[in-house]
Amino acid sequence: MTEQLAVAGLSAGYGGPPIIEDISLTVEAGEIAVVLGPNGAGKSTLLKSIFALTSVSAGSIRLGDRELSGCKTSALVPLGVSAVPQNKNVFASMTVDENLDVGTYAAPPPDQKATREKVLALFPDLKDKLKQPAGELSGGQRQMVAMGRALMSEPKLVLLDEPTAGLSPAYLERIFDLLLDIRKTGITVLMVEQNARQALQIADHGHILVNGRNHLSGTGQELLADEDVRRLFLGGAA
Amino acid sequence: MSEFVNFYLFPALTIGSIYALGAVGISMIFGILRFAHFAHGDLMTLGAYGIMAATALMPVNPLLLVPFGMALTIFSALFVDRFFYRPLRDLPTIYTVISSFGIALVFRSMIQLIWGSENQVLVAGVRPPLVLFDTIRVSVLHLQAIVTTAIIAVLLHYFLTATKTGRSMRAVADDPELAEVSGLDTAKVVRWTWIIGAALAAVAGAFAALNTSAHPNLGWNLLLPMFAAAILGGIGKPMGAMAGGFIIGMAEELSSYHWIGDEALISPSYKTAIAFVIMIGLLIFRPQGLFKGRLL
Amino acid sequence: MELTGLFFYIVSLLILGGIYALLCLALNVQWGMGGLFNAGIAGFYGVGAYTSAILTTAASGRHLGGFSMPVPMGLVGAAIVAGVTGWAVARICVRLKSDYLAMASIGIAEILRLVFVNESWLTNGSLGVSRIPRPFADFTTGRMSDVAFLGFVWVIVLLVYVATTRLYDSPWGRSLRAIRDNETSASAAGKNVEKFRVQTFVIGCAVMGIAGGLSAHYFRFLSPTATDPLLTTFLVWVMLMAGGSGNNRGAILGALSIWTIWSVTEIFTNRLPPEWATRSSFIRMLLVGLLLQVVLQRFRAGLLPEKSPPVRFRKD
Repeated sequence: MTEQLAVAGLSAGYGGPPIIEDISLTVEAGEIAVVLGPNGAGKSTLLKSIFALTSVSAGSIRLGDRELSGCKTSALVPLGVSAVPQNKNVFASMTVDENLDVGTYAAPPPDQKATREKVLALFPDLKDKLKQPAGELSGGQRQMVAMGRALMSEPKLVLLDEPTAGLSPAYLERIFDLLLDIRKTGITVLMVEQNARQALQIADHGHILVNGRNHLSGTGQELLADEDVRRLFLGGAA
Repeated sequence: MSEFVNFYLFPALTIGSIYALGAVGISMIFGILRFAHFAHGDLMTLGAYGIMAATALMPVNPLLLVPFGMALTIFSALFVDRFFYRPLRDLPTIYTVISSFGIALVFRSMIQLIWGSENQVLVAGVRPPLVLFDTIRVSVLHLQAIVTTAIIAVLLHYFLTATKTGRSMRAVADDPELAEVSGLDTAKVVRWTWIIGAALAAVAGAFAALNTSAHPNLGWNLLLPMFAAAILGGIGKPMGAMAGGFIIGMAEELSSYHWIGDEALISPSYKTAIAFVIMIGLLIFRPQGLFKGRLL
Repeated sequence: MELTGLFFYIVSLLILGGIYALLCLALNVQWGMGGLFNAGIAGFYGVGAYTSAILTTAASGRHLGGFSMPVPMGLVGAAIVAGVTGWAVARICVRLKSDYLAMASIGIAEILRLVFVNESWLTNGSLGVSRIPRPFADFTTGRMSDVAFLGFVWVIVLLVYVATTRLYDSPWGRSLRAIRDNETSASAAGKNVEKFRVQTFVIGCAVMGIAGGLSAHYFRFLSPTATDPLLTTFLVWVMLMAGGSGNNRGAILGALSIWTIWSVTEIFTNRLPPEWATRSSFIRMLLVGLLLQVVLQRFRAGLLPEKSPPVRFRKD
């Protein structure tokens, strides 16, 4: 069911000079991979490029045997790729239930009821908020709605842009736990994160970008132990 | 009291119904395509004339021929969107606004070319009003307009909340980027926006023409109150636009009622200014409308 | 005879072309330089027309008047009253985003039209103001006064052209274009965006007022139909888009070329069979509406595009 994501030699930008150049990374099927890097390193641009929201000038993006580069954004959900943007990731005026429902439109799952049960089992907090407009929820709950919406199409790969941005430490833990739960269902996860330490603890692999290029890659544990990484992202002390 | 109800309340509700039906389309187009559609009033006129042309062939109650008007407005709206608005969609929306100004003129001049510029009545003769509870007299047309609008409101609410297309439309109006990321079929949403907006414009045009008479400036004269209604209801909120239409219609009509003393509160010749004043006030103090619509 | 007829046809074409050129220059200050979508040109044009008419006519029992001022004074008055009206409108509306400003300005133009129609003590309502004087009435008679008026109009066009072109190149104009192209960074650079916008709007409205005044003196008669949004607001927008917004010479060229098309087509449509000739103005409207679509899609920069820096908008 799950498939490997392979990005090779990817260069992309927003019409002007490329923001990311010659990026290569692979995410094995069913793994969690995290992209780290300083501000302006091109992390979000990488994610947006996979989701066809930038102009890609070179390179390939493959999910299993499918080439994704060149596809339109709207064509990606049916191919099994879902994305959760960083800000404004819910339809604020629509209820939680409607938000989840919208997630099924582009790629209706074979058994919508079962998928909904599965998603609500992952996010039990949402069960008693189904009739509330998503805009009225807290930041952490909105993140859950957004992730739930992305999962409603039964994707093979989920892209998350800073899922814990602006959340309280308690919610941060919740979200990372949820990612591990999602991993258990066999979905491949690629995310950009600022909270490097926690992210590397749950990730199978990490990739560090600097100035729009590959800087360092390794397993989560390797990177946590790396001197450079500790100095740059983990605030020195171990 | 019965004077107020017969001569002010029912006419006000009728005008409100017309505004409500027109404002729904304006609000949806504004919310989903992000521009103020200045040709919407003339789309209404087109619908009214389409119905009038059909009555010449089939002498039945014009309201039964509304589908012909709808067909004409839907075709025109889709045609204009495809050939005139869509090529400008990647530019700043102001170009589409200017284009829609021109389209308003094209619609109006075609109406004048085909049907002439005289006032034309859809139904000749006067029908006696219905008398309810001995004191309330209401014209059949007013009742038809109010009831039709109420039924459309219920159907529209069902469509927007319970169908896939309706929910997709609300999603696009809410956040177009997220809608794209979610893989929604934006082209289909745009198509349905025009279909519904144009169909309701035809109904509004029919009632407006029946209420007075059909003339080429019919819809253009109603455009600004309908913009006011759409803003009042919150851009991208069709149900809000309906409520806004009724509020604007009531405010206009009831402003000339003699609330204080025997004089009309505001001279009836300035009646249409009420809507503009409300609109300008709203734009400045509460542009998100009463129902928290989006801000451009 | 044929030649004299042609001569006076061209004179009247150029007089109205000049009045439209003024309106285009005024709109170019507001839209081309300031990015302000004024869809209420007809309103300010009307304010100017009525002001100048009332200030210059002899006493009449039908409307406010009896000031009998000379025409240039009337035009100064037109500029001031239209400018003050524009200032009042700008104070309220100038913060609005493009589409909203368009709606608000149409609304204001409609309110002004209602005032012209309903306040008979001021304007004689729909019967209008008549016997409005022409300038140089003492020196010229008959059709020669048209020629004198032509010179008068184009001297004003030239003055406004020079003034607005100097404004465009001045530090003031540069700030304005900076605001138009990127409001956020301009205000970050310490520009008082709102003040600049109000100034732009007022200058444009004052010039529109002068144009309105000139039309009243040209026709010698003024009624609320002069403020028809079609012939003023809409046609002026088409002219500016066709000529090239942001470029003053483009504005004048656009006004003259569109007005020529508008007028000359009348000659052809008048030769149509009678049942079509009565509808000629609708055919012209249709053609202008379609012409605008062609301009928007194919020649967006206009006949004379704005010189550097090019018009650039933020995508919203």
